[in-house]
Formats: sequence, C-alpha cells, structure tokens
Amino acid sequence: MTLLEEKLPAAPPRPASPSRGSVTLRDLGLGIRFAAAGGREGWIRTLLTAVGVGLGVALLLLASSVPHLLDARNAREQARSENRASAYSETNAPKSDSSVLLVNTTTEYHDRTVAGFLMRADGSTPVLPPGIDRIPAPDTMVVSPALRELLDEPGNELLRERLPYEITGTIRDAGLRSPGELLYYAGSDTLTPANGGHRIGGYGDDRQGEPLPPLLIVLVIMVCVVLLAPVAIFIATAVRFGGDRRDRRLAALRLVGADIRTTRRIAAGEALFGALLGLLFGLAFFLVGRQFVGAVEIWDVSAFPADLAPDLRLASLIAVAVPLTAVLVTLVAMRSVVIEPLGVVRRGRERGRRLWWRLPVPLAGLAVLALWGRVEEYAPVNPFPITAGAVLVLFGLALLLPWLVEACVNRLRGGPVPWQLATRRLQLSSGAASRAVSGVTVAVAGAIALQMLFASMNADFNRMTGADPSRAQFAGYSEDVTGEAATSAIEQFRATKGVEVVIGSVEAYASKPGDYAEDEVEPTTSLTVGTCETLRELARIGACEDGDTFVVHPPGDKDMSAWVDETARKGEEVEIGYGNKVMRWTLPADSPTVQGREDPMGETHYGIMATTGAIDAGKVPGATITTQIRVDHSVPDVAEHVRNTAARIDPGMRFVTIESVERNRQYASIQTGLQVGASAVLLLIALSMLVSQLEQLRERRRLLSVLVAFGTRRATLGWSVLWQTAVPVVLGLAVAVAGGLGLGAMLVHLIEKDVSDWWLFWPMAGVGGALILLVTLLSLPPLWRMMRPDGLRTE
Amino acid sequence: MSIGHTLLGLLESGPRHGYDLKRTFDEKFGQDRPLHYGQVYSTMSRLLKNGLVEVDGVESEGGPERKRYAITDAGITDVSQWLAQPEKPEPYLQSTLYTKVVLALLTGRSAADLLDSQRSAHLRMMRILTDRKRKGDLADQLICDHALFHLEADLRWLELTSARLDQLAKVVAP
Amino acid sequence: MIPEGSLLAAHDLRKTYGSTPALDGASFSVHPGEVVAVMGPSGSGKSTLLHCLAGIITPDSGTITYAGRELSAMSDAERSALRRSDFGFVFQFGQLVPELTCVENVALPLRLNGVKRKAAERTALEWMERLEVDDLGTKRPGEVSGGQGQRVAVARALAASPKVIFADEPTGALDSLNGERVMELLTEAARSANVAVVLVTHEARVAAYSDRDVTVRDGRARDMEHAV
Repeated sequence: MTLLEEKLPAAPPRPASPSRGSVTLRDLGLGIRFAAAGGREGWIRTLLTAVGVGLGVALLLLASSVPHLLDARNAREQARSENRASAYSETNAPKSDSSVLLVNTTTEYHDRTVAGFLMRADGSTPVLPPGIDRIPAPDTMVVSPALRELLDEPGNELLRERLPYEITGTIRDAGLRSPGELLYYAGSDTLTPANGGHRIGGYGDDRQGEPLPPLLIVLVIMVCVVLLAPVAIFIATAVRFGGDRRDRRLAALRLVGADIRTTRRIAAGEALFGALLGLLFGLAFFLVGRQFVGAVEIWDVSAFPADLAPDLRLASLIAVAVPLTAVLVTLVAMRSVVIEPLGVVRRGRERGRRLWWRLPVPLAGLAVLALWGRVEEYAPVNPFPITAGAVLVLFGLALLLPWLVEACVNRLRGGPVPWQLATRRLQLSSGAASRAVSGVTVAVAGAIALQMLFASMNADFNRMTGADPSRAQFAGYSEDVTGEAATSAIEQFRATKGVEVVIGSVEAYASKPGDYAEDEVEPTTSLTVGTCETLRELARIGACEDGDTFVVHPPGDKDMSAWVDETARKGEEVEIGYGNKVMRWTLPADSPTVQGREDPMGETHYGIMATTGAIDAGKVPGATITTQIRVDHSVPDVAEHVRNTAARIDPGMRFVTIESVERNRQYASIQTGLQVGASAVLLLIALSMLVSQLEQLRERRRLLSVLVAFGTRRATLGWSVLWQTAVPVVLGLAVAVAGGLGLGAMLVHLIEKDVSDWWLFWPMAGVGGALILLVTLLSLPPLWRMMRPDGLRTE
Repeated sequence: MSIGHTLLGLLESGPRHGYDLKRTFDEKFGQDRPLHYGQVYSTMSRLLKNGLVEVDGVESEGGPERKRYAITDAGITDVSQWLAQPEKPEPYLQSTLYTKVVLALLTGRSAADLLDSQRSAHLRMMRILTDRKRKGDLADQLICDHALFHLEADLRWLELTSARLDQLAKVVAP
Repeated sequence: MIPEGSLLAAHDLRKTYGSTPALDGASFSVHPGEVVAVMGPSGSGKSTLLHCLAGIITPDSGTITYAGRELSAMSDAERSALRRSDFGFVFQFGQLVPELTCVENVALPLRLNGVKRKAAERTALEWMERLEVDDLGTKRPGEVSGGQGQRVAVARALAASPKVIFADEPTGALDSLNGERVMELLTEAARSANVAVVLVTHEARVAAYSDRDVTVRDGRARDMEHAV
C-alpha cells in the first residue's frame, strides 16, 4: 500500500475559488472546446450547426445588401440619364461643341426589353454616357455583354435585322444597370431635331429620386418579413442540431461534479462556437455566392457582385444578433431538460399546450394591421404597423402550430402499424417536429399572403388600363413626320407578314388661341391629317378631295361635340402644337361638319380632320404619326416582324404593345421569384428536418435492429417515417394556408383592393408536399442501412 | 449442521416424543438425508446427560414405551447461543477437483474435458434443483436457491479454471 | 446430419466478421417444445449463432433447416416473413418501441402479421395477463420497471403464437429475483404452448431453466449431453 501511495502524483493545490466572471468564461471556453474538439461526432454536430447558421447568415447578408444594391443601381441609372436643361424632358439643350443629338430606340424582343439610343455628336467633344469612350461611328454600335451574347445566339436573326449596326465595342459595367441588361448605343449621321432627335447638353441627372410608391413600400416590407422570418426560425433550429447527444455528454460532466449552471454555460459555449463558426461560414457563402449572382435574374433584376455590399449597420446587427440568439435559444431549450448526473430527464408536460395565450398573437397582428395599417395611395406610408402586424401574424402562426399538432395528434388512434408508430411517436414528442415545421408554416403563409397582394395589385392595374388587345395589339408613335411618311408607314406595315389591319394618320393638337388664366382649361381638340382614304375610315365623310377639311363630332355625344366646336370655329384660326413650337392655321370656313365613326380597331375619332393637301403634315409642330396595328397571332414571331418594320421606318418610333404582356410578365417573374425564394427557404427547412430525422434514427439503431429481427418489413418503417414527416407538415401547411389567406386578405383590404384569386396557395402547398417526399426519400437510405442486425450485437 | 441444536430448537415450541422429533426434522430439513431413529435416541440421551432436556413423561398405550422430551432453561440458552454465533466462513477449496485437474495435466489427459463434464454435472444438478424449486413452496425455494448459488459459485470456478488451463499447464508441467 | 425429429437444426455453420471468425463449424438442433440454453463466455459467438438460427443474418457456409425448409436458400423477404409468423424474440434491453403503449408493443408482431388492431390487442392482453403485467396496458415502456418491461417483451414474443422463441440474455439487465421470475414465466408459457426456446445466456442459474444446454466455445457449439 505504501509503495502505491508513493507512486501517486501529488494532487495540485486547490486554487482559491475563482470569481464569477472567470467561472463563466471558463465554462464558455470549455463548451467551445467541446464543440471544437469533441471528436468526429462533435465535429459533425458543430459543422451541421455552422452550415445551417451559415446558410441563414448568408441570406441575411444578402437581404442587408439590398439597400446598397438599389442605391448603386439607381446611381448608375441617374449617371446615364440626361442632365436636364429644364423641368420639361422635351426641352432641347442649346447646340454646342459638346451637345449630342439622340433618340431613344428602346425596343422589345421576345418579352425582353432592349434599351438603345441613336446618337449623333454636334461637335468634336461630345458628352458621353458612362461606360463608353466615344460616340459610335454612323451605322455602328457598342453593346452590353448580355446583348452581344443574345445577338450571337442562333435563332435571333430578327433582332439582328432590327439592329443593323456593326458591333464595334462593349459597354463597360459602369454604364449598365445590371449585368443582364440589354443595351446598345448606335451612331447616326441623319438624326436631326426634325426627325425626332433630342439634343442634350450632358449626362447625370442630379435631381432627387422619387420616393418609392406606397404600395411598393408595403411590398418590400412584406418580402423582407416573409423571407427573413423563416430564416430566423431556421437559425434557431440549426442551433439545436444534435441537442440530445450534447445533453448526454453534459450528464457525464454532471457525474464528475459540474453543477447545473455550469452545464448551461457549457452548452451556451458550444452554441456560441457553432454560431460564430456559422457567421464565418455565412460570410464565406455570401462572398462566394455573390460571384455567381450576375447569373441570377429575378424580376428583370440582376446585380453586379460589387453591388451586393451589406449595409454596415445591418451587418453588425447580424454579427451580434446571431450568436446572441444561439445562446438564448440554447438556454431556453435547456429549461425543459433536467440534466442529472445519471442521465437526461426531459421535463414532461403534465398539461398539454395551451391555446389561450397563443391565439391572441396572430389576432393581435391582424388587429394592428386593421387599426393602423391602412395605406393611402398617395400619402407616405408608416412602415412600422405593417411590419409589426405581419411579424405578429406570422410568428403567431408559428406559435399556434405546436398546439395544433399536439391537439390533433393526441386525438389520433389506431390505424395501420406505420401510422400507429408515427402518431405515437408524435404524441410522445411533437415539439421537435413542430419546431421544424413552424419554419415551413411561416414561409408558406408569408408567400401566400405576398402572392395575393401581388395578384390583386396586378389585376387592379389591368382593370385600369382597360386595354382591349382584341382591337389593336400594337401602336406606333413616330415624330419623324415628313411628306408622305404616314402613307408610307401604313403601306410598309400592311406589307408586313401577319398584319391584318393598319390605321395610320398624322395627329397633332389644335387649340383656341388666346390668353388663359391658370385655372382655365384651354379648349383643345385633335387635328388628324391623312389621305381621303384614311379619313373615310375615321369619319362619315361623303365627298372628299385633296385639300378638303372637316369638323368631326363624336356620334351621340352632345357635350363633346360642343367642346370640339369651341376650338374648331370655321373660318377662324387655331393654334397647333404646344410649348414654344406653335403655328397658326385658319380652319377653312367651308369645312363641313360630319359624324365620326368607329375605326376598324373599334375606336371613335373626332376633332379637326384635314387632307394632306390642306395642311403640310411635315410642318405641323408636335405632330406624330400614329399607327395602330392588329396582327394574326398564329403567325410565328409576328410581334418581332412588326417591330422590325417599325424600326425600319423610324428607329426612334415609340412602339407600344397594347397587350398587358409586360405587366403580366413582371407579375409572373415576381411570382416566380417569390416561389423560388420560398422554395429555397423550404429547402433549408427540409435540411433541418432531415438532420433531426437522421439523428432520431441513429438513436434508435438498436430498436430498428430489434424490429428487423421481428421480421418487420422495410416498407412498414418507411411508411412510418413518411407519416411522421407528413402529419406535422400537412398540419403546418393547413395553418399556413389559413393564416396566409387571412393575412393576404387583410393586406389586400388595406391597400383598398379586392382579392383576385383565392387559389394562389396551390403551388406553395405543392412545394410543401414535395418537401415531405424529399425528407422521406432522403431518410430512407440511412434507414435501410440501419435496419441491419448489427445493432443487435451487444458484445 | 448440528443435529443436537436443531432438535433442541424443535423442542422449544413444546414437548415432543422422539419419533415426532424425527418426523418433523425430516420434513423440514432432511430432504436429502432422513434421520435414523437411533441417531435421535443417542442425541437425546447426550442432551439429557448435559441437562439441556428433561423427560416430561412416559407413555405406553399398547405399544413400546415412548418418552416425551421437554427443553430445559439451559437448553434454551444453548440454542440462543448457537443461533447467535456465526458459522465460520470456510474458504472451500475444490480440493478433489483441483487434484484431478493437476493430475490430468501431469499425465497429459484432457483437463478441459474433465472440467466440461464436471460443468455438465453441475448444470444437471442445477436443473434438477430449479425444477424442484419451481414445484415447491417457499421453504423449498429458499433451500434450493442456497444450493443453486453454491453450485453456481463452483461453476464459475470451473469456467475460470478452464479459461486458465493454459496458464496452469505452464505452472504445473513446465 | 439433421437429428431426428428436430424443429430447427444447424450444421457446420461458419461466419466471419472481417478477419474474426465468430462461428467456426457450429452445429445445433432444437426439438419442438424444447428449451435449450446456449452458453459460453463473452465473444464466443453465441449471439451470432442465435442470429443465424433466427435467419437475421446468413452464415458464410453451413446449413440451417427449419421445419424441413432450408433457411439459407430463402430470400431476405421470405426470412422476414418466417420471423414474423414462426419466431418470437426477447432481447436484453432496448427492445420495446418507446412510443407505443405496452399493449401495443405486445400486439405489434400480430399486427405485422396482418391481424386487425382490436383482435391483436385482445390477444395481447391475454398474454400480458399470463405474464402478470395486464395492468400495464396503457403505460409506455418508459414508465414501467425493467422486470415489467421484460415481461412485456416475453408476452410480445409469445403473442404471435410462434414455434420458436429466441431469447438473447433475456435477464441480463435484471436482478436475480426479477430475472428468475421472468425465466419461470417464459419457460412455463413456452412449455404449455409447446414452443421451443433457444436461450442465449452466460448465467448458469438462467440456463438451469432449460431442458438441455449447449456450450459455444471459439465458434464451435458442443452439446454437453452427448459430449459426456
């Protein structure tokens, strides 16, 4: 015995009891050491948490970059806009050595906007938009990389035909709004102010940008809330990855003398380490991810990597909030667990979850929205009630879910074996399942509400335009008005493949000369110049010779007829044009008054009509050639053919698609974007569900082996895994659909619109269903692997 | 087992005839080895001589003369002392078996077989005891359990020895 | 090589895990209604023998015959079906499904065989009564003691009226009193229902409940009755 004792090392002297602060630090450090050096298992757990938190952080950083992204876009947009000489965009700058004549030749190609300008320098030192070094020579152009790519792709001959300029250069990033923008600058030697050219003196619009419209603010708030709320939930779930295993490890620490507080601090230290690592991962994901961001285009918007710079304040908020959340979540989660030296006791819930404090939260959210959230179309928006209301509703749904899952699951009895296994499992611990699914609920509910908001805004817009694409599908407005231009334009359009009807005339405004007080309305009517043939299509004209003029009344509208007569006084002068470009013209006294008629597009024309012999259309100030075109949509690419004709007639022709195509496309892309975003969030959540599923399976390895020994079929256990995922997800989706529809209806009501479509939730519900399948399918291979008898071997 | 003390103890509940004592003893303790009547007689006369019992009366109803014994105060004291004194724990060496194993090793016979057959015999005995225990009352169970635990201890020794036969062989027959 | 009248017989089984032989020419047989103890030191391969006999794992070589059918020639699905219908199992611990109630656990093999829930649970309760745990019906395994849990497990092994019960250290986690009671109930029920029991144990006192014992040493099984 004495020999033994001599060999024992001397026990180190006991240190004086350390201060509280140093104890806390020591325990946190211990936790960090466990997380960092906990062997392979420990690393996997830490890595899972870090990757989960990292994905969430990357999303948050992305969101915090949005302000800078918009600012940068806006700055580039303004830098390449004209430096306004006056408040009127029509005002030309004085001609100088640096002034430039240009015309906007923006066109549409296959639902994409191709922005473009024809330019002609007045002197030797022309002003230049950002991104190019000189004005392109006549019949050459510089293009954005995206446009160059598009032109090089096979199948885009029609676009090349429309832009018949030789490519001589590339526009640099500084001149582009986003990497995917289609833009070109082409040179011209024929552009004059007379044929549509607009003279500018410099670039850089330094006026204050307009504030975002209120509705858009509501949308932006909702997008942020909807996409970020589930991310917060996901981070909270990720922190709890592998919690059971950790608890058992802490129990072992209790055995060697750690007290409960120490275990909590150690757990907090572990969570802190995971979260800090997650921050680093998130930063890395973000920095790597933004290199590829140029390839992603949502809502017609793509961004340069440099545009994605997180707002410093928001970024620091993330850096502080994420670790703090991690620690808090861990501490809260540990409150329901008692870690004893000999094991972990989960504090059982004697009482079920209570509804009374959960239900008021979403209701309070709705109340906040209803009381303070009303949005006036033109008044500034107070973002706080809307944010608070939406957040309360969404998190309230997340609170309702555990109660609902518990209440439903506890009523489930019997059924086939897989169903019984699944429901019993959920009855025993529905908490973990509810937690993961609450992310799904919040994401889906938010997405549904947001889509309803978009849809109603969109439907509303369509109603306002009242456009009837069955009449005319295109309208062209050209200021290049010369002699026979109108006639020739009509002929060229008629000759275009797929065109059915063309109405073309030269139009200008005529008003009664005189001085008017500011609040007085100047009597004005339209002046239409065309051939007898054209005018006959617009009014009930009997005899017509070149040189005739007519006063045309709208049929059956006495008020409007009287208003026309106020201006069109026979034998008196009228003023044609506006601003500083006007001319006086006498309406011949012998002009007959006739009735207007519906043109082939179904539109009624009235005012003064003159044949080309009565007035020289080329000299009429402010005149435009107006062309309305109806096409046969069965002809492939008919729109592109018509646009090519328009570009050939006058590249500066403003060519409008009357169909609501653009708006629909915008809406569709928003919807797609939203669905992609929500799906990404759901995918994150699926990941966390998968992790906890696998963790649970691993813990039950032995039981699975026993069940195999019994002769349990794989299918039986597979189905039970499916049900175990499906039951909470389906309940979560039900809550999400109900809550989302409620929130959506409330928001739509707030912006004083009507709900246009109650069935928008199907796609999201579908994605939720796919999630169930995904989680189940991915759990099956490990399940099969674990369903082997190895787990039975005790030796 | 001290038969004298056991018989004394039986007398504590009241005077008995010699034959009565034998029957009760057999019933309660003598499953394995019933007492001879002569053994009772000689034991009782020794106890009489030592003053631990006395003759309470003699009956002879148409048969042999039967003495009725009763315990004396000295007898009661003696029983108390016997019960209070623990049995000496004997480190019981499996001397015969050990000798057999060593001999087997020395003569090149299979010691493993020897141990296995002994194991088998032990187990067979245990099986019989277990069966009896299952069918018997609480007293049977306790007695059988006692035997079973002893047999189990022997079995452990047998198992340990067979696991260490190689070691033993080196020591015994280097 | 199959002993006359045996229900389940194995001949010359070999099984290797990695480079470690677990079974090295083991043979074994059990007759209907017979309780056979498989003994041997730790790591001797007795659990492997049991897993092979029950068709949970397949031996590398050797034959296993059950009721005239060759087990190693059967597919995994067939062996699973056989385990469901003809075999019952009791393990040392961790065998009850924690989320199911005790009666549902006992009814599980019946339900896996396609018996309706009501009927299965009725039969389950009858077996629980035999094993003196019928009062635990609605309790979950986490709420009952080890001995009670093991009796529930025995009831479960018996519930589907198997022909053979495989018990791997069924009393390993119990104290001797509870262990003996479980063994008593198991062997009594098995004998009265004419169920064969293959009992793996390293405890002689547990093995003493058998009719016959077999010792596994270094992957070989020796029938002690015939060895003498």
